[in-house]
Amino acid sequence: MPKLRTAITSIFTHFLIWLFLIFALYPILWVIALAFSKGVVPESRVLPVPSHFSLEHFQAVILRTDAQGRWLFARQLWNSTLTATATAFVSVLIAIPAAYAFSRFDFVGKATTLRGLLATQMFPGVAASVPLYLVLDTLNLLDTLSGLVLVYATSTLPFALFQLRSTFDTIPRDLDEAAMVDGASRVEAFLRVVLPVARPGIAITALFAFMSAWNEFILAATFLSREEHYTLPILLQSYATEHDANLGHFAAGAILVSLPVMILFYLLQRELVAGLTAGGVKG
Amino acid sequence: MVTSLSLVGIQKQLGKLQILRGIDLEVESGEFIVLVGPSGCGKSTLLRTVAGLEIPDAGRIHIGGRDVTHLPPRERHIGMVFQSYALYPHLTVRENLAFALMLRKADPAAIEARVREVASMLGLEALLDRYPRELSGGQRQRVAMGRAIAKRPSLFLFDEPLSNLDAALRAEVRVEIKRLHTRLEATMLYVTHDQVEAMTLADRLVVLRAGKIEQVGRPLEVYAHPSNRFVASFLGSPSMNFLKVKRQGERLVAPGLSIEMPEGIETPKEFLLGVRPHDVERVDKNAHLRMEIDVIEAMGFESYAYGEVGEDPSRVAGPFVARLGCEDAQRLRRGDRIGLFAKRIHLFDLGDERSLGCIEFHPRSIQPVAYSRPLASLSEAGAMEKPL
Repeated sequence: MPKLRTAITSIFTHFLIWLFLIFALYPILWVIALAFSKGVVPESRVLPVPSHFSLEHFQAVILRTDAQGRWLFARQLWNSTLTATATAFVSVLIAIPAAYAFSRFDFVGKATTLRGLLATQMFPGVAASVPLYLVLDTLNLLDTLSGLVLVYATSTLPFALFQLRSTFDTIPRDLDEAAMVDGASRVEAFLRVVLPVARPGIAITALFAFMSAWNEFILAATFLSREEHYTLPILLQSYATEHDANLGHFAAGAILVSLPVMILFYLLQRELVAGLTAGGVKG
Repeated sequence: MVTSLSLVGIQKQLGKLQILRGIDLEVESGEFIVLVGPSGCGKSTLLRTVAGLEIPDAGRIHIGGRDVTHLPPRERHIGMVFQSYALYPHLTVRENLAFALMLRKADPAAIEARVREVASMLGLEALLDRYPRELSGGQRQRVAMGRAIAKRPSLFLFDEPLSNLDAALRAEVRVEIKRLHTRLEATMLYVTHDQVEAMTLADRLVVLRAGKIEQVGRPLEVYAHPSNRFVASFLGSPSMNFLKVKRQGERLVAPGLSIEMPEGIETPKEFLLGVRPHDVERVDKNAHLRMEIDVIEAMGFESYAYGEVGEDPSRVAGPFVARLGCEDAQRLRRGDRIGLFAKRIHLFDLGDERSLGCIEFHPRSIQPVAYSRPLASLSEAGAMEKPL
């Protein structure tokens, strides 16, 4: 009975898929349940469903004010958004021309420079936190968002450069050359042909730079001291460690911090898929 | 005639490889020049040098009388068709065709008119709003040609433009390119390794090997009078047969081979005999060569016999390919021995492999009828024929 066998195989496959799905999603569902529950201490329940539905944790996180009555959440959301956007913008803006040069030209020291840039990726950024602290102190940029952007953009730059170089490598040189034969200068060929074709790759690179700045905690916590300068990860951490630790607040905060990234992924999904199949550019 | 393109002493090194070793070529306005040679002979590099995508290490390039040796591609007023087509993937067919004109900031109405003209010339009207990824290989190829035509350049460069098409389409586009050449009256420089394209398209052929020009001439002239063994073996399919022969008085001899030479031709004692598979006929008597058949390939309209020329398996002159009629191909079997009459033979020096001339025979007469001495210079027009 081949039909029966197909059915059994199908049921078994779906069972496995659901098993893995629950395994992966259970903790997240649990966080969602926690965020929408009442009270401070999580109840031990098997099913991730809140016993008393409530939005009190979201209210508390969003409406939190400091001693002077300033709206902290809005301030910190703005800080995070500004920092992450500026980081993505600066590192991509610097990486694009550099990556194009590494992709298209041969010059003295090319291999050495690439190896050097790769080497910087071996060390976690935290390892450099002490000298970075001193540098920012000297530049009077401690406890400022521009100082943080400087540090973030520097650390995302090598990755952005490698990512964009491989993007440019997948774009045939024939395209640049065709544009130059058609009457473009090298710069025009780059701006009018290579750059538009590389758009999906650039979008991915910018998204990764944005996310690494958005999620970064240790350097932000080290360099920022005033609460109104905090980025969201620091806020989040405060709910888990302060003497009045509130896991409900923590869960609600975690969801709020994840939302923008999820929205960005959704908006960029077309570019992402195109970027992952960048080889299709040819011809 | 105005000289449209002039190359003098072009040399180019890429990495440690010397790609071009002194190329001299004069192209007249409106000529269709085909650069042909095996891969790695430098033909594409030469084309790229003319385009300005490579700068030569030595030599001068003039286009339309203007020295462009150190000018960037955009100032050379050329149109180029790439092997990969290199269509701009983010632009529609219309925008691809208009790209060069838009860079020049031409009047939008004039651009649209030109795009329409080119599109109708190549049958692309229905495709103007599509993107390259939505086109078939043949359509992409047309757009690539259209993009070059739209600029109205005085010099067209083609870099193996048909190599990505299937055989049927290739033949079709080949004819179309020939038609375009007549219609546009433009000078064209065309790179290929395909000898059918080379023979059919060229006004003049340039055969390249290892960065040097081996021979320049009209296709049939180069085919009939190759200047050396390389050119002789490169053009023609299947390739020319070569056998080492000795001269005994007025006869050429080798195992299984005996050919009477006309009087008064100076040759070394030993040299290389070249015979094209198409220049032999099967005969029962008066054979120049005797061959033992190993394999027969029947193609319907003609057949090829592969085997060895020799007296018997122990005394062999060398491998040989002969064209046969279809009836012969059906009757003959492996191991059969046949006699062949060569209508045209080529003589090459054993040392430097230069041509020593070629001899023609009247069908079914043992007496040679004509001898052509080798061409004195690379581009000498027409070989001197001396009736005997």
